[in-house]
Amino acid sequence: MNLGPHAAFIVASYVMAALVVLGLIAWVLADFRVQRRVLADLEARGMRRRSEKPPEAA
Amino acid sequence: MALIDLANPTRFLALTARVLPWLAAATTVAFAVGLYLIWAVAPDDYQQGATVKIMFIHVPSAWLAMGAWSVMTIAAIGTLVWRHPLADVAAKSAAPLGAAFTFLALFTGSLWGRPMWGTYWVWDARLTSVLVLFLMYLGVIALWRTVDDPSRAGRAAAILTLVGAINLPIIKFSVDWWNTLHQPASVLRLGGPAIHPAIFTPLLVTALAFLLLFVTLHLAAMRNEILRRRVRAMWLMQAHAAQGA
Repeated sequence: MNLGPHAAFIVASYVMAALVVLGLIAWVLADFRVQRRVLADLEARGMRRRSEKPPEAA
Repeated sequence: MALIDLANPTRFLALTARVLPWLAAATTVAFAVGLYLIWAVAPDDYQQGATVKIMFIHVPSAWLAMGAWSVMTIAAIGTLVWRHPLADVAAKSAAPLGAAFTFLALFTGSLWGRPMWGTYWVWDARLTSVLVLFLMYLGVIALWRTVDDPSRAGRAAAILTLVGAINLPIIKFSVDWWNTLHQPASVLRLGGPAIHPAIFTPLLVTALAFLLLFVTLHLAAMRNEILRRRVRAMWLMQAHAAQGA
């Protein structure tokens, strides 16, 4: 495929787009894992939110 | 499930768990089709040559840059008027996504401008107003990080968001109100699109892919923010219990 004399500009645009999109996906997935792990850890230590019923009443 | 039920974060989490896999799959398919159309079907432009391929990233990014702030504006009204429990969650989650797409629009526009205009940057009304949008995104993100209490941060960010919304029509109509190096609207304009269907169709498919990506990431980021607030609530309860003991 011949991208002409401005190939570097085209390739750089697509590389940056890929980096931004993959970066956003990685950020969202990593944040989800962290929050889920911390929440599971707190619940394992018996902590509950006010709106949650205690385990024995569930 | 009625729309009002989504005001309940637990129900919202259940909904995201169901729809996110489907949205992710639809996004992947849309990008696959879009990239095929861009690289295998769409012809080079008769004036710009292959550099028109930059448009397929630049234009959807620019639309999402403004779209994300529009979402934040609606959410800001939800925060200030109805105090909807998910409104500031939606606004906070949209800001980094909007900043990322605004950066991408500026970056690709700059790389497109160098071979077409002979310069990476010019302080014309369109480019400058989009740069202001990017700086406003950074300002809102900084505000969220500065104020510790999410509800206080949400109200302050909502006011800033509503003030910043003034910039949206300025961006849109800047090419009409001022003499700019940036071209006038080619798609969203009276009289219909000024782009040939051979290039316009891949652009629409790519724009759909970017939109699906935004919706997917936004819902996922909102889910994360709800979990983060649950963690915070638990820590606060523990701190209060420790103080009372």
